[in-house]
Amino acid sequence: MSTPQATIEFEDIELPKKPIPARIWDLCKRQPLGAFGAVVVIAMIIMAVFANVVSPYDPERADFANMLTAPNIDYWLGTDAFGRDILTRIIYGARTALFVGFACAFVGATGGLVLGVASAYFGGIFDLIVQRIVDVVMAFPLIILALAVVATLGTGTENVIIAITIPFIPQCARVVRSNALAIREIPYVDAARALGFSDSRIILRHMVPNVMAPYLIMLTAFVGQAILLEASLSYLGMGVQEPTPAWGLMLQGGAEEFAESAPWVPIFPGLAITLAVFGFNLFGDAVRDLLDPKLRTR
Amino acid sequence: MYKYIIKRVLLAIPTLFGAALLVFFLLRAIPGDVCEIRLAGTGLYADPAEIELCRDKLGLNDPMIVQFWDFVSGYFTWDLGDSMWTGKPITFEIGLRFKLSLQIAIMATLVAIAIAIPLGIISAVKQDTWMDYAVRAFSIAGIAIPSFWLGIIIILGLLIVTQHWFGAPWMPPIDYVSPFEDPLRNMSQLIWPAVATGYRYSAVATRMTRSALLEVLREDYVRTARSKGLMERVIINRHALKNALLPVVTIIAIEFAFLIGGLVVTEQVFNLNGLGKLFVESVGAQDFNLTQQLVMLVVLIFVITNLVVDILYAWLDPRIRYS
Amino acid sequence: MKRFSPKLAAVAVLSCAFGLGVGGPAAAQERGGVLNFVVGSKIPSYDGHRETTFGMIHPIAPFYSLLIRVNPDNPQSATDFVCDLCEGSVPKPTEGGTKYTFKIRSGVKFHDGAPLSSADIKATYDKIIFPPEGVPSARKAFFKMVESVEAPDSTTVVFKLKFPSGAFIPALATPFNFVYSKKDLDAHGYEWHGKNINGSGPFVFVQHQPGSFVEGKRNGNYHHSGQPYLDGFKAISAPKMAIRLNAIRGDRAAIEFRGFPPKARDDLVNALGDKITVQESDWNCVLLSTPNQMREPFDDPRVRQALTLSVDRWAGSKYLSEIAIVKTVGGVVFPNHPLAANKDELTQLAGYWTDLNKSRARATQLLKQAGHSDLKFELNNRGVDQPYKVVGTWLIDQWRQAGLNVTQRVQPTPPFYATLRKKKDFDVSVDFNCQSVINPIADISKFLGSAGNNYGNYQDQVLEDIYNELLQTGDEAGQRTLIRKYEKRALDEMAHLGVTLWWYKINPHRSYVKGWKIAPSHYLNQQLDNVWLDKSLM
Repeated sequence: MSTPQATIEFEDIELPKKPIPARIWDLCKRQPLGAFGAVVVIAMIIMAVFANVVSPYDPERADFANMLTAPNIDYWLGTDAFGRDILTRIIYGARTALFVGFACAFVGATGGLVLGVASAYFGGIFDLIVQRIVDVVMAFPLIILALAVVATLGTGTENVIIAITIPFIPQCARVVRSNALAIREIPYVDAARALGFSDSRIILRHMVPNVMAPYLIMLTAFVGQAILLEASLSYLGMGVQEPTPAWGLMLQGGAEEFAESAPWVPIFPGLAITLAVFGFNLFGDAVRDLLDPKLRTR
Repeated sequence: MYKYIIKRVLLAIPTLFGAALLVFFLLRAIPGDVCEIRLAGTGLYADPAEIELCRDKLGLNDPMIVQFWDFVSGYFTWDLGDSMWTGKPITFEIGLRFKLSLQIAIMATLVAIAIAIPLGIISAVKQDTWMDYAVRAFSIAGIAIPSFWLGIIIILGLLIVTQHWFGAPWMPPIDYVSPFEDPLRNMSQLIWPAVATGYRYSAVATRMTRSALLEVLREDYVRTARSKGLMERVIINRHALKNALLPVVTIIAIEFAFLIGGLVVTEQVFNLNGLGKLFVESVGAQDFNLTQQLVMLVVLIFVITNLVVDILYAWLDPRIRYS
Repeated sequence: MKRFSPKLAAVAVLSCAFGLGVGGPAAAQERGGVLNFVVGSKIPSYDGHRETTFGMIHPIAPFYSLLIRVNPDNPQSATDFVCDLCEGSVPKPTEGGTKYTFKIRSGVKFHDGAPLSSADIKATYDKIIFPPEGVPSARKAFFKMVESVEAPDSTTVVFKLKFPSGAFIPALATPFNFVYSKKDLDAHGYEWHGKNINGSGPFVFVQHQPGSFVEGKRNGNYHHSGQPYLDGFKAISAPKMAIRLNAIRGDRAAIEFRGFPPKARDDLVNALGDKITVQESDWNCVLLSTPNQMREPFDDPRVRQALTLSVDRWAGSKYLSEIAIVKTVGGVVFPNHPLAANKDELTQLAGYWTDLNKSRARATQLLKQAGHSDLKFELNNRGVDQPYKVVGTWLIDQWRQAGLNVTQRVQPTPPFYATLRKKKDFDVSVDFNCQSVINPIADISKFLGSAGNNYGNYQDQVLEDIYNELLQTGDEAGQRTLIRKYEKRALDEMAHLGVTLWWYKINPHRSYVKGWKIAPSHYLNQQLDNVWLDKSLM
């Protein structure tokens, strides 16, 4: 991604003009895995948005009369140790996962875009300092950052988002910078500057559009990563907290002890995480294939 | 070339210093300290005077600047200090775990290579066929499965399957023996986490192999070889693969470096006494000294790997040196 | 009870038949074998006098002897103490209860070969009770009544007390009071035992791989004749509960001495049948809910009473005992102790009434009187699953049922304790009292606003006065009356702290482990000198 070849016009990848359903169908044929991923992503979004409509129970209300019931007609995926419906908690968990996933990806990638472009455009001492900070954060173990954020700001969804976003920003900044650097060398940027255009105009009109491809690639890749990181942090006890429904949390503690006599407690949330991350990654790969010219079939 | 190397090495110094600064202040921003956990965390009586005494002895009541100087000056005197939890030297605590973490990293990397290279080649050669899709789905599934969940399933699966087949439930050993002492026992413990981790980390390398190979296959010399009528297998093995390997090797090297300190969750799940478990324990106990040195070790490994990769690239591609 | 298999019921009945112990007559012990066990916490230093964790007791206690200890063959009793290094039975006090004279066994040797005498015991207790400035001693406060420790001759140790106290003998039997050699203390100083081991216990230290295991081998010169039965032991570190559980199942370890949740017990018994024996006991640990009286409206006793009145402890005991390591409803004193409240006395206290509707109605009324009908607050909790998060989630549900709006803030251990001790920025917090030897008079000091481990931020002179009177009271009937008064004041009238449920210790282990009997604390009965392996069951 660091080679000058990556400097493409975003419009390059527009597909031939056809009716929209036909274009979607073409795309699905070219990217069947990506299409599958898109289906998962869309299903998850619908589930999350309509959680309160589609879920049969209250996700937080304990019901000790129905502790650890096996899947049956009333509780399709069974109940957990507090008698809460697992299907309901998975549906509401999708809300948590998606909120964390999109928020982290958007803030992380956009922060990286701003930092990367600025770093490439201004260069010099600014670039040097930014790059050293990027180095430090990228080398730094996530768990320490997460613990520090959670311990100083408190647990909760917003703070989990902060903890996960911080390492995303430098990852994206580095990729964007190397693309932006290549553009900066192209004569028209110099020409624009010679014409007396302001920095902000050059950056917004000429540089940002040209790094959209890596930006979007990073953005889609981050969603899946963020969902998995959120689950891992919750599992380690540093993420979202009870009684908020979250997939990683559902796998923690009791789930492992009950794994044999109540296998539905750990299995379904685990499958939910796997499927969601799988879907987002397939979708992200398809986006990468479409946007990255090196991988495109000619 | 030397100038480039020197420049790169000098640039690593601010990174290391920045990391030291960051870890030092982040840890101290977290409320609570090792003495409270040690004396109040068990629910027994907690005499405030005892806690204060413990803080005094560990230097936690010293001014921040003194504590920071103690930390940083250790690198010049070759004294990394003692763990605040056990009181043992940090070099001893880390050295003990390093062997296991290194072994796991090597094994997992071998597994990852064994999966990634053949699958990547298949995927590239059979681009956009069902085989390509199957390979990509398989390797992405590896990233998608949470490692903590996979670990639980592996152990429980082993217990249930062995009980069913052999009558007695079997699980991997939970304490480490050096491979030179008892190779069989060592392998029976480490093979499971190595396969689980290797599979997980093969995904990125598979993708890299695929895309690098695809790129090379479009190069002129491959076209020439094809037009000469050479067999496809020869083309791929002799010409294309060799040239596609560099980015693959790079990505594997970077992942290997990450694996040494990065198996936080896997080591927990399989009860491996490695750096990841030590890390979780020292963070949980607010053992500032040990956590600082572990973070610095991870950062150092990261910095050195990147340095080596950059220098290698510069050596191979003179344009980078002068830009 | 569909979850209880007939197999499990059989095993449970079996262990109950022996008063919650296993093992038959003492004659059948077999020699040999190595006991593998798993430990869920990590070892700080080896110095018992300064540490407070079972993570150190389980692997290190077998290397040391104590002056007196809880009877290893009857650890369920809260009052049955026997001599370890002393001779005969535990002495009765003389001079109006202020003088205890111990006869020390002769012929006992430390592992380095040096003979053990009364001078070593004096040096040990001087270190514990009167440590020099700057030398840590975690349980110094246990021994406030001690005036001096003397060793008039090589086989006699005399403790002189400032006043008679029922808390002295239990304090003496605390399992952390390892007896050190005076020679080591003189030659190496007070820090040496943090990193070195030289005791006179049933096992000799072999090696410690930090983070992995501790290994010990049989002490051939042990002073209890014929013991220990084991050739050695290996204490394997396994911080994750699921690993400890599976380790017993896969026979990587035979036993875990802290305790498993009830579901884990059921899974083990279901998988392995009579290869697993279950021992169960009440546990001298309890979770509390502590309102922060520095904060509005928790400075109002009516609000605090409403909190405790909203909680249905009797039903909670039934449900939580199926999923968590808690079970018994109790007051301030360990439930099985003679000084504890009986059920009639308990049901008089707020929050223990048998009529839940009446209790919740009273809570609503009190909140209304206090002007906080729509009370909303945050429960501070520790990020540990068993039993903190389970009990916390249950408490929140109870309060919600009573119409309160409660959220939870779960924190990792370091910030959790910083919140309680330093920052004090919480509304109500889950709190924890957990002691080793059952010593009610000392244990209930937790409820005093002045106690070092009390986080309610209050001063209650009435409660302090009752406690001081209790300290000076020698007879049990008098103690009992005062404790009831204390309990009523702390839990009902002022509702300073809410006792939730007492813990319940469940130790499922491989049936071939014999001789070990469950104690009401995971700190007790861990010297392993009377443990043996029945090889016919292996």
